Amino acid sequence: MTKSQRLFEVYRTGLVILISLLIAMVIILLVSEEPGEAMKLFLIGPLDSLRHIGNVLEMMVPLLFTGLAVSVMFSASQFNLGAEGAFFFGAIGAAFIAVNWNLPPVIHPTVAILWGGLIGSIFCGIPGLLKVKWGSSELVSSLMFNYIAYFFGLYLINYFLRDVNAGAMVSHRFVETSKLIKIIPKTRVHFGILIAAVMVVITAIFLFRTRWGYRIRVIGTNIRFARYSGINTDRAIILSQVIGGFIAGMGGSIELLGMYRRFEWQYLPGYGWTGVIVAILARNNPVYVPVAAFFLAYMRIGADIMSRSTDMPNEFVAIIQGIIIILIAATSFLSKQRHKMVVKEAMS
Amino acid sequence: MSAFFDIIFSSHFGYSVLRVSTPILFAALGALISDKAGVINIALEGIMLISALTGVIFSAITGSAFFGLFMAVLFGGLVGLSLGYFSLNLKTNVILAAVAINLIAIGGTVFILYLVAGDKGISSSLASKVLPKINIPLLQNIPGIGPIFSGHNVLTYLAFLSVLFIWFFLYKTPLGLRIRAVGENEHAADSVGISVVKTRYIALTISGILAGFGGAYMSMGYVSWFSRDMVAGRGFIALAAEAMGGATPIGCMLTSLLFGFFDALANSLQLLKIPYEFVSMLPYVATVVGLVIYTIRKTEKIRRIQEKAAEGGNA
Repeated sequence: MTKSQRLFEVYRTGLVILISLLIAMVIILLVSEEPGEAMKLFLIGPLDSLRHIGNVLEMMVPLLFTGLAVSVMFSASQFNLGAEGAFFFGAIGAAFIAVNWNLPPVIHPTVAILWGGLIGSIFCGIPGLLKVKWGSSELVSSLMFNYIAYFFGLYLINYFLRDVNAGAMVSHRFVETSKLIKIIPKTRVHFGILIAAVMVVITAIFLFRTRWGYRIRVIGTNIRFARYSGINTDRAIILSQVIGGFIAGMGGSIELLGMYRRFEWQYLPGYGWTGVIVAILARNNPVYVPVAAFFLAYMRIGADIMSRSTDMPNEFVAIIQGIIIILIAATSFLSKQRHKMVVKEAMS
Repeated sequence: MSAFFDIIFSSHFGYSVLRVSTPILFAALGALISDKAGVINIALEGIMLISALTGVIFSAITGSAFFGLFMAVLFGGLVGLSLGYFSLNLKTNVILAAVAINLIAIGGTVFILYLVAGDKGISSSLASKVLPKINIPLLQNIPGIGPIFSGHNVLTYLAFLSVLFIWFFLYKTPLGLRIRAVGENEHAADSVGISVVKTRYIALTISGILAGFGGAYMSMGYVSWFSRDMVAGRGFIALAAEAMGGATPIGCMLTSLLFGFFDALANSLQLLKIPYEFVSMLPYVATVVGLVIYTIRKTEKIRRIQEKAAEGGNA
């Protein structure tokens, strides 16, 4: 991509976001009895206190991980939607270590996060393996694996980790040493956001500065060319899915150890799906993942704040997110302008 | 163990297999039509959810279950059509467009439910209607078999009849032929004057309509209310069922019944004190295993054909 093409993509993304926000405004106007208040809270609510800014940063952490995970998996043109399950199941794995083991501080969360990542990588690796070995659709099998992760995970929590005295269906408390420390006072922002930042850099270097990353991207662009040029496509595809799963699993573990005292998710948390939106907004480029994650986190927190003190339910964010995906991924959206620009550039 | 077989060989179990297979079968046929046109429709999940809510709302407003069904199916078709618009006109990758539709469906149904029923979880405050059950004369009196096949929801019978309709439509009508031609080789179809875009639009709309029936069944037959995420992956299971069924109507029916079997088993096994979560996993595990077995057999078949072709070439 040339510089002006990249600028064009920025312009296009900005326009899509503007359109989606406009649609959000229209929905609020139509539905709410107090549209002015609702809009104000939705748009600038996240900035009005340190606590709310902290909420946005907390929300960014899981989105950064799933966004990176999906970016790596999609880079190889594999529609593996298993980030959701890998995130959930990685957290289950981490919960076991956080409850049952006794380790020194720092080492305890490290082991738990790596274990969660490993579980996640197996989880996303299997659909990849089935794909290259027998051509089973990674799309379908990864969707099924999400449900398997959900039910199997709940089974493990209920039969092996459940605290029967807690009333609700939750695990025992995590051992203190396993938790990630809070880094900004008066908020719940935890050390995980720094790990996420490091992962952004590592993933970017992996995809754009290493041989394997290059292979994965070539496969994503044109798998026949990749095969023709002698790339072991099977291996690179599996590697991309394993790495994606590892990042997602890490994300689940970090979210759990940073934000919770027990394992208490009763449903799949949905971060894997939001990760798909992050990856689409970021064009599968890890460098842009933080921007996309920030935007989506901001919107979600805005909607949460809005729904708490007005009559607008926060689920309407899902509608906005859907519109964003469709427009960003719509290659024909503004394609004429893009075409004109490319022609103009070639003529000059 | 004998308790296990008592459950499986009871006519009650047979009845529930047909009951739980119904939504999967509708969606699998929807997956089949779009697959035949060369488009993967993973929006089935979201379409079913949207239609399930639509049926509940409109049947509650009008007091007519059949009007609710009509609107549910209409909305299903419209969402299918819009998937066509996104993928064929806006050129959004069809999988991403479908992911978007599913997201909109998950959040949007809760949003609408909250506006209409004042609750984010369940539609129990709406007086929605249920589609009637049909007792089949004569058949219902046969012991053993009668209780299995008679007394189902009208949509259950429609689902199994649809297998015939879809078979006839795909293999015996000009439009069916065009759909298959577009899916087989769009350039070849285009070269003989078939409009690829138009044909795919039609296929996606029919696919949406079928998923709409499945969704309506969920909230107006399977149960009598709408609850959030009530489709619970059935649209995705249907995709797997379609792939495993070898992309034929009869195959879809058999695999849907297989998943129905595991689903019903999951419901029944809870009586035997087997952990609920473990049992709920069964249909999904069965789906992956089935899909893998199917694709292994397929790749081996292709290899054998290639080997044969190679031998033929040498001779």
